[in-house]
Parts: sequence; C-alpha cells; structure tokens
Amino acid sequence: MDGRFQVSGNRLTIHLPAEVDHHNAEELKKEADRLLQRQNIRCIEFDFGSTGFMDSSGIGMIMGRYKNIRFMGGTVVATHVSERIRRILTMSGIYKVIDIYEGEPQSFFS
Amino acid sequence: MSKENEMKLEFDSRSCNEGFARVAVAAFLTQLNPTLEEVADVKTALSEAVTNAIIHGYEGRVEKIVIRCRICGQKIEIEVMDQGAGIPDVKQAMEPLFTTREDCERAGMGFSFMEAFMDTLEVTSAPGEGTRVKMTKYIGRSRGEQEG
Repeated sequence: MDGRFQVSGNRLTIHLPAEVDHHNAEELKKEADRLLQRQNIRCIEFDFGSTGFMDSSGIGMIMGRYKNIRFMGGTVVATHVSERIRRILTMSGIYKVIDIYEGEPQSFFS
Repeated sequence: MSKENEMKLEFDSRSCNEGFARVAVAAFLTQLNPTLEEVADVKTALSEAVTNAIIHGYEGRVEKIVIRCRICGQKIEIEVMDQGAGIPDVKQAMEPLFTTREDCERAGMGFSFMEAFMDTLEVTSAPGEGTRVKMTKYIGRSRGEQEG
C-alpha cells in the first residue's frame, strides 16, 4: 500500500491500483477509513490514473467512503478517469453524487 | 470457420483468486481475437460472478469455485459454479441495487453488470444447493464477424 495514500491539507488522495476488485477494495477501505478517523479530511480524491479495471466492488468502496464523509460536509471526486472507468461509474449511478474528471480539477491547485 | 474449445478451472474461494480467474478466462478468450473492450466486458462480468460466489455463496469460507468456458464459433459461454448457500429468490437478487450484504458495502450491482456486459445471463440456484451462473457473449460483432 506504499504511496497509495496521500494527505495534503484536508484532502486525501487515494492512488488506486491497476485493478480494483473485491480483493483490493477491502484493503483500500481499511486504510482509507483509518486515515479518515485520524485526520481532518474534507475531500477524498480517488485517482484512477493507474487503474484499468474496476468492478462493482469498487463502486461499493467509493459509495461507502462517500457516505462516511458526507456527514461532515465533505466531498468525493474521481480523477484521471478513463472511458472504461467512466462507463462503470455512470452505470452504477454514482456519478450523481461525485464529480468525475478526465484529468485533474483546476480548483485543487488554484 | 467453426471453432470449438473448452476449459475448466477449479480454485479456492479466496479473494486473491479473483484476479487469477479474470486473467485465465481472458487468456482463453484471446483465440476469438476480441477487442480490448470485449475483454474488459468479459473480465468485469466474470469478476462479479466469482466475487458473488466468494461473498454470498461461501460467505467467506474457503471451498471450491468451478469455471467452465466453452467456445463455439465466435461465441463464448462461461459458467461459474459454487456449492454454497444458494439464492432463495433469484429474481429479487437480480434486481439492481438489491443486496443482502449492506454490511460489507456491496453496491448491489453484480448481476446488473453481468447483464450489461454479456449477451445472455442465466442464474440457477436454490438454498443449500449452490449457484450456477451461465453467461454468453458473441465476440467480434463490432468487426462484423459472421454469427452462427
């Protein structure tokens, strides 16, 4: 899990692995929730830059983190999203509650 | 040209085998010369079926999952079988967003994804008798390969 999680200010960036399935999602959930409990995180960024595969376990993982952070008024974004990943996110309906970017949202760095 | 081929895979219902199952089936599929998108479709559908067997069928116990793949012409037929808990109400289980495992954050999208990415989906199950998921997909439609 080295280097996959990066906290910068109140933003947690999760660099997702090449494949996000049930096996990987369980590990990612654990580490993400540990950080969410210990740090003041207001925004979770799921970075799909290295990800070529995701199934519905990934959707469950994102949805779960969204539910956790929503109570604190936080937001969830997905960045570096390929066409394939976008299709999965769209089919699941999760695009209604998170912002999806092909690159990086400008506001992060302005 | 009519191609026929068959393979059978049996492995432990451990989550680390999800990736192995996807790669094995994708490798078997390559003889149909699929597009990247077709490979991704099959891998996603297969991953959903195998994950279901691990989480719902065996409920985390380590037992055996069997995958059987048949190629007939340009069509691939994939069966994923477990000897686990079975599904009391298959119709309900196949409804989008239905899940019995809210606790482990399942999205309830497994069967929907299988249906969306494959051409046909058939689920046979009964409580205590395990589950068999049978899916088919025609490969090469976008290149105009002849069906049949």
